[in-house]
Amino acid sequence: MSLVSISGSLLYTAFILYLIATFFFGATIRDKRTDDKKGRSGKIAIGLTIIGFVAQIGYFITRWIASGHAPVSNLFEFMTFLGMCMVLAFIIIYFIYGLGVLGLFALPIAMVIIAYASMFPTEISPLVPSLQSHWLYIHVTTVSLGQGILAISFVAGLIYLISEIDQTTGSKRTAWLETVIYTIFLFIGFIVITSVFNFMDYQATFEYTEQNATTTTTEYNLPAIAAPNEGTLLTEGVMQPWFEAPAWMQGADAGRKFNTVIWSVLAGSVIYGLVRLVLRKRIGAAIQPLLKNVNPKLVDEINYRSVAIGFPVFTLGGLIFAAIWAQIAWDRFWGWDPKEVWALITWFFYAAYLHLRLSRGWHGEKSAWLAVIGFGIIMFNLIVVNLVLAGLHSYA
Amino acid sequence: MKGKKCECGHLNPEGATLCEACGKPLEESQQTDASGKKQLLNMRYDGSARRSQTYNKSIIDKVWNFFSSVKVGVWLIVLTIIASAIGSIFPQEMYIPADAPNRDPAVFYEDRYGIIGLIYFQLGLHNLYSSWWYILLIALIGVSLVIASIDRVVPLYKALKMQKAKRHESFISRQRLFSETEHVSEADLEKIKGHLRKKRYRLREENGHILAEKNRFSRWGPYVNHIGLIIILLAAILRFSDVLYMDEYVWVREGETVVLPGTDREYYIENHDFILETYDEDDERFSEAIAQEGTIPRNFQTNVTIYRDSANAVAGAEAELTPITEDQIRLNEPLKFEDYTLYQSGYQQNEFTSMSFKVHETDDPEEEALANFTIDLTSPDGVYELDNGFRVELGEYYPDYYLDDNGIPASRTDYPRNPAFVLFVYPPGSDTAEVSFLGIGKNIEPTGENEYNVGITDFEMRDASGLTVRVDHTLPFFGAGAAIFMIGVIQGMYWHHRRIWIHPKGNGVLLGAHTNKNWYGVEKDIEQAIDGTSINMVKDQQEKDE
Repeated sequence: MSLVSISGSLLYTAFILYLIATFFFGATIRDKRTDDKKGRSGKIAIGLTIIGFVAQIGYFITRWIASGHAPVSNLFEFMTFLGMCMVLAFIIIYFIYGLGVLGLFALPIAMVIIAYASMFPTEISPLVPSLQSHWLYIHVTTVSLGQGILAISFVAGLIYLISEIDQTTGSKRTAWLETVIYTIFLFIGFIVITSVFNFMDYQATFEYTEQNATTTTTEYNLPAIAAPNEGTLLTEGVMQPWFEAPAWMQGADAGRKFNTVIWSVLAGSVIYGLVRLVLRKRIGAAIQPLLKNVNPKLVDEINYRSVAIGFPVFTLGGLIFAAIWAQIAWDRFWGWDPKEVWALITWFFYAAYLHLRLSRGWHGEKSAWLAVIGFGIIMFNLIVVNLVLAGLHSYA
Repeated sequence: MKGKKCECGHLNPEGATLCEACGKPLEESQQTDASGKKQLLNMRYDGSARRSQTYNKSIIDKVWNFFSSVKVGVWLIVLTIIASAIGSIFPQEMYIPADAPNRDPAVFYEDRYGIIGLIYFQLGLHNLYSSWWYILLIALIGVSLVIASIDRVVPLYKALKMQKAKRHESFISRQRLFSETEHVSEADLEKIKGHLRKKRYRLREENGHILAEKNRFSRWGPYVNHIGLIIILLAAILRFSDVLYMDEYVWVREGETVVLPGTDREYYIENHDFILETYDEDDERFSEAIAQEGTIPRNFQTNVTIYRDSANAVAGAEAELTPITEDQIRLNEPLKFEDYTLYQSGYQQNEFTSMSFKVHETDDPEEEALANFTIDLTSPDGVYELDNGFRVELGEYYPDYYLDDNGIPASRTDYPRNPAFVLFVYPPGSDTAEVSFLGIGKNIEPTGENEYNVGITDFEMRDASGLTVRVDHTLPFFGAGAAIFMIGVIQGMYWHHRRIWIHPKGNGVLLGAHTNKNWYGVEKDIEQAIDGTSINMVKDQQEKDE
């Protein structure tokens, strides 16, 4: 068995262990004790999480040995690492606060991130010259550790919102909360639909002309609802596209990415709709009774604490280490590249959060909403900036 | 100085809402509300006398109060966030893709993004981050950082310095964490003191009143990190100075020695070789990825020698070059010498340096050369006198040939990347020239009646390296600012200021506690401190969602 396939199996093992651990964390919420660390299901749950985490470290190390460089150099590797950092951050916070319900939400979100990552090309690719630096490891690992810790504040915020928002009648707040949950379903939709068509080995090739007049081809792995702008389908015997992507969608594979977004929205909406049909109420309302033992003040404090711990780490990795490396590689420590801009926006946002915590009235629900938005900004920087606004960081 | 004398005898500065010494509420805002319900004290900055909360008469007061407000600071941050996000919608001017059909911003934005792109360009958003209003926003944040910090740190420092272990009863009972115990024995008090010491609290005692405090230094964290940020902003201003910051770019062709711009003609650089390496597609680790993505570069490198002109000081003297360093510049491995840093920033492969031609009879199937000549593309001659009496005049020279929109030959750049020529060939003893047009893969004779034909026999090529030449003495300031910021932010975030007061009352005690963050932590401390004593555990008096 090759090192690469061992590495893949370890990642798979970690994923399964997180899944099982989630159920055990679920069992802790029936426990009335404040400290879940002492309960039996809590002990099993955190034990499984730690074993899963170790397995994922195994994945990381074996892949590092196989490729000769730390596996944080493309979207798959980076997102997987982010999922791992999130689990690590959860383990740390769990040992401080002993709140099992945190795992019930943190692990599934880490799993969605890891599964999402696996939908992108997983081949080991060599490092281009700009990435050949020790700063790659230093910068990327610190950033994602920071983001992983900040993600826990999102988890705490989400738990707060689900447990505290009045679900007896529909309101703006319940609508926004459902929107957040729905967005998570879109990711699940993406994962499901991509896996299905990958399994079927679906392929359709389009030819289209870029603005600089070179003609290229792009490979669709999902049936084309939207073709590339002015693209022609080369593959025979596959679904004809329904319409073309608008002309302003430019850049590498814009049409294909647009098509993927359409599929994710369709699949996510169908899954969300089915869940709603089964539950016959808002998903937030359905989860709320599970969280009736949750102490909102403790959850709010975890929300704040995660930002307090994560913010310095993120600053160090996302701005300072990033600037040092940029100075060495690109001769300037700051260049207003979209990725840099969004790292700055993230930093500003959490700085604003920390300042608002000084004011009365910003604890509790408002902090929870802020934590959700903050995580939204992080994911925006990871996904939209990479795939749409791509600048110098388009590889990562 | 106007001030308020507290019943404990301490004279407080005007504006203090809690007595600096005993903590008794001084201001109405800190009093119990009309319903008589006990309210928690507003413990922010320990109720100290902040200038912004005290004076609001002169314009200076008003400006001060405006910038010292956290709310204003947060609004400035929000505006900066929105502006920054807008700047990332379309590429900024410097990131207009190199392969765009037209890189002129006046054309590019409208061309690619339509009407929205045009508006974007016309509003100047393609240079947003260097616009006056964006810089102003950042500067206002800087002003707010300074004023808000001074407004808070001075009175807070005084208040924490003045505080006495003995506090007013209402100060204790109106803390968020509070408990009252009717009977507490001496032994229990000793026990709790021992526990607190073990938890590294520093204890002060006054007539049985105990103040246990730890990590007060963490209160200074925010101000330390703000100092770091201000140093960074000042360093950014220093960049405008030519002495501290210089940024130049130079193209050096292989074999060439050129003066390094920005060095006052003191340093020269010679490009020995530009190297571009790619990954081996047979490397089994990467073969799959290379098959998908195509060729992947592995190394960009220029081998150079740096010379110093020792005659530089003498005006008009010929350069006397002494090599001072010979090295390789790679991406991620810049070359440093003296104050200068050279970065591998760009390359141009395969520029033509010279082209060789032969003249032969058009009818000759063997194309036997009657005469040969070579054009040096870096400095072409006008006329070439050849063997056998041939003469060639260089009619037109297009270094980077293309046909423009009207179908007329033109040159895209001055660099010989795709050279083309119009040649006038004078046969031996003739005054009438035959016209030939020659380029890569092109050999056209306009009349079709030429007796002699010109053909390309050989050419030489070389690469060019683009190097950034940089002097940056501002980096240490940015580094210091960043380091101070990190120290401050860690100091403030990873330690928490905790105070626990034990206030004797009758036979028992009142116990109050305050922290600026991490209430869960201080509750745990208290839980462990009262372990094994009769003292009651504190209750959190704060209502949900204060």
